[in-house]
Amino acid sequence: MTGRDSVDGLWAPQALRIANKVQESTDVFSFELELEQSFDIRPGQFNMLYAFGKGEVPISMSAGPPTTTRLVHTIRNVGKITTDICAREPGEEIELRGPFGNTWPLESALGGDVVIVAGGIGLAPMRPVIQALLANLEQYRRISVVCGARSPYELIFREDVEEWSARRDLDFHATVDIAPRGWTGTVGVVTSVIEQLSFEPQRTTVMTCGPEIMMRFTADAFCDRGVPAESIFLSMERNMKCAVGFCGHCMYGPHIICRDGPVFRYSRLRDLLHIREL
Amino acid sequence: MIKKSISDLLKEHPFFASLPANYIEFIAGCGRNAVYEAGAYLGREGDPADVFFIIRSGLIGIESYAPDEGPITVQTMTAGNVVGWSWIVPPYRWQFDARALETTRVVALDGKCLRAKCEEEPLMGYQLMKAFAAEITGRFRANRLQLLDLYGRAQK
Ligand code: FES
Repeated sequence: MTGRDSVDGLWAPQALRIANKVQESTDVFSFELELEQSFDIRPGQFNMLYAFGKGEVPISMSAGPPTTTRLVHTIRNVGKITTDICAREPGEEIELRGPFGNTWPLESALGGDVVIVAGGIGLAPMRPVIQALLANLEQYRRISVVCGARSPYELIFREDVEEWSARRDLDFHATVDIAPRGWTGTVGVVTSVIEQLSFEPQRTTVMTCGPEIMMRFTADAFCDRGVPAESIFLSMERNMKCAVGFCGHCMYGPHIICRDGPVFRYSRLRDLLHIREL
Repeated sequence: MIKKSISDLLKEHPFFASLPANYIEFIAGCGRNAVYEAGAYLGREGDPADVFFIIRSGLIGIESYAPDEGPITVQTMTAGNVVGWSWIVPPYRWQFDARALETTRVVALDGKCLRAKCEEEPLMGYQLMKAFAAEITGRFRANRLQLLDLYGRAQK
C-alpha cells in the first residue's frame, strides 16, 4: 500500500495491527502500527482512523518518516471515537485510510532559521518535523522549538523532550501553564517564550500547531517581531468526513481543510481567524 | 574586564528602552547589583515590597502556596524581564513569592528611593509608569491566556 497512489487507500480502510502502545500522559496514547508494505506519508499529513459503528477521526502521523514496518499515531482521548481507539491494545487492530493533506514546508525553510511552536497534543504532528530538522541540521541556520503544555504531567513525548532539552544544537524550550516545585523549565504561555528567541525575522520560517487561539497569538507574536505572515505556517483542525474534498464538512471560509491544508500560511488565514464562530 | 555601571546595565535592559538616558542616570542612583543562588527568595508574599528587580541573567519563579499542593510556580521570569511592581501601589507588599530557580543576576532598585524620585521628577515618574503599564499589560495578556486552559481543549 502506498497511501495516495492507491484509490482504495483513500476510501477503504485497511486494518493495521498494533505493535506497541505508549501512554504519553493521562489521556494521550501513541500507537505503533505494523505495516506490511511501505506507506508514503509526510510530516503534516494525516490518516482517517476508524472506529467501527462510531466514525472516523483525522490524526496526523506523529513520528517519522515511517519506516517500512511502523506507522505512529498519537491520539488524545476526548470523544467517543477516540475513546474507542484509545482502549485498543497491542495485538488488536486499528483501521485507517490515507494519507491526506499537504505537508510542512521543510524544503522552503532550507537555509534559514526555523521556529517550531507546539501546544499540547499539537506536539504530535510537529515531532516528525523536529526529527526531520535534526536529521538535516546543517541545512538550516538556527532551529528553535517551543513546546507548551498545561502542566509537566501533560507534556507528551517526555523521552524526546529530555533529549531535545539536552542538545546544544537545538534551542529548545518547554513551558507549562502551572508547575509544582521541581520543574526546571519555564512557566508561562508560549508567547512569553517567543519574546526570548533569537532569529532573523526575514529569514525565518515558523511552523505552529496547537489550539487555534494559541496559534493565532503565536502568529501575531511573530508578526510583531517582523516575521512576514507568508512565512508563518499553521496546521488547522476541523471535523472531517470524506477527507478528500467532496463533502464540504471541513470548510473553513473559502478553504477546504482536508484538500487545501491542513497546513496553511498565516497570510491566508489571518482574517478568518479573527472572525468569531467560524 | 570593565565593570559596567548600574546605568549602563539599565540602558542595556529592554524595560528601559523607552526612557531617555538622563532619566536612567537618575534612576540608577537607586540601584545595586545582586546575585541570588538557586532557591534564594527575592521576595516573600506579604513582606514589604520596597524593591524591584531587573533580571540580567538566570530564572526566577513567581510562586504561590497551595495548602494541598505546596508551592506552585505560576510564571517564570528570565533575562529581559522585570520582577515586582508592588512597590508602586499601597500597601507596598509582595503579592507572590519570587524565588531564584538558578543562579540569577539582577539589578535591584530601591522602591522607596524611586518613589521619592518620581515625586521629585513627575515627568520621569510618568515615563516610568508607562513602562510599567506596558509590562503589566503584557503580563495580564499572558495570564488570561493561561486562564483559558488552552491545551485542555485541543483535538476534538
Ligand atoms: S472532510 Fe469532506 S471535504 Fe473535507
